[in-house]
Amino acid sequence: MMRYKILIVDDSKLARMSFAKLLTGLRPGWQREEAANAQDALAAIAAAPPDILVLDFNMPGRDGLDIAAEVIQLHPRLPVAVISANTQVEVITRAQNAGASFLPKPLTAEALAQFLAAAEARLAAP
Amino acid sequence: MTDEPGIALTEIERDALTELVNLGVSGAALSLRTMAGSEVLLSVPAIEVVSRARAASIIGSQDSTPLVAVHQAFEGEVSGRALLIFPEANSLELVRAVTGGGLSLEDIIDLEAEALAETGNIILNGCLAIIANMLERTLRISLPEILHGTGLEIFDLSGAPQTEAAVLFLYINFSVKDRDIQGYIAMLMDLPSLAALKLLIGKLIARTAEGLETHDAGP
Repeated sequence: MMRYKILIVDDSKLARMSFAKLLTGLRPGWQREEAANAQDALAAIAAAPPDILVLDFNMPGRDGLDIAAEVIQLHPRLPVAVISANTQVEVITRAQNAGASFLPKPLTAEALAQFLAAAEARLAAP
Repeated sequence: MTDEPGIALTEIERDALTELVNLGVSGAALSLRTMAGSEVLLSVPAIEVVSRARAASIIGSQDSTPLVAVHQAFEGEVSGRALLIFPEANSLELVRAVTGGGLSLEDIIDLEAEALAETGNIILNGCLAIIANMLERTLRISLPEILHGTGLEIFDLSGAPQTEAAVLFLYINFSVKDRDIQGYIAMLMDLPSLAALKLLIGKLIARTAEGLETHDAGP
């Protein structure tokens, strides 16, 4: 199995910890990077783009949907998920329209596993 | 946040509490979205230890704008009050939105108190239930009560013994897209409850961190 690098962007450290725990359980060998805001996330992506990107929606300053749209324009093949407890249909639709997956909070292992499997398939495609 | 002896939250505790409120209010927003039929926009939650008078001024008593609030008390290991607050001028528009828009103004006025109480009940219960579940504790939630007045009057009516006593004040601003409806979902807890809340938050952090390596991989 390929080992990918995943960047998790969330202003909440608790949420990043929760994500890290699930990811470690599902893909123990993967490299995980973290950012707490849009600026740090965009700097990390510019320095060394991750293989997979997960963005919280509701953050101070620029929200995750805004960042997703910008990053997907620059990296159209990058699997991106927007994660939020705000599961209103408008938020989910905007994520999908931007080309991102949507993951509900609190995140479950099942939902993350499904997204990771889809991301792996996409990255393995020619 | 004001640092007061014995009740200051650490950075990770405040972070976890903010995330907890975000989870609760986002769930509540989904209920309101279903009822109102339009997207509910939310701010990032704010958490402060302030006097009740200061909490009231944040909500908008400074210009004496008449407000209406649906108020519910909660009790358990932590106790406090949850409020759905908005300008009185928005009240009929909220009732119109949640009743589907087919009623006459007379019917809407007749239904106002009942519809506000039920809307508040669904939103506040939804929010508190998510928070209680995350903390793995049970909260007993009172029946909804409608309050009218300025911010200070509402906070006084909701059981404040002294306006200068410090409280933990959690609030989030919401608005309903394409409708003239905006307000706050707020929670007030007194300081003994904050001490209990710190313990529960600590347990939540410990459960989340269990099995994780202690260093961060990134910035």
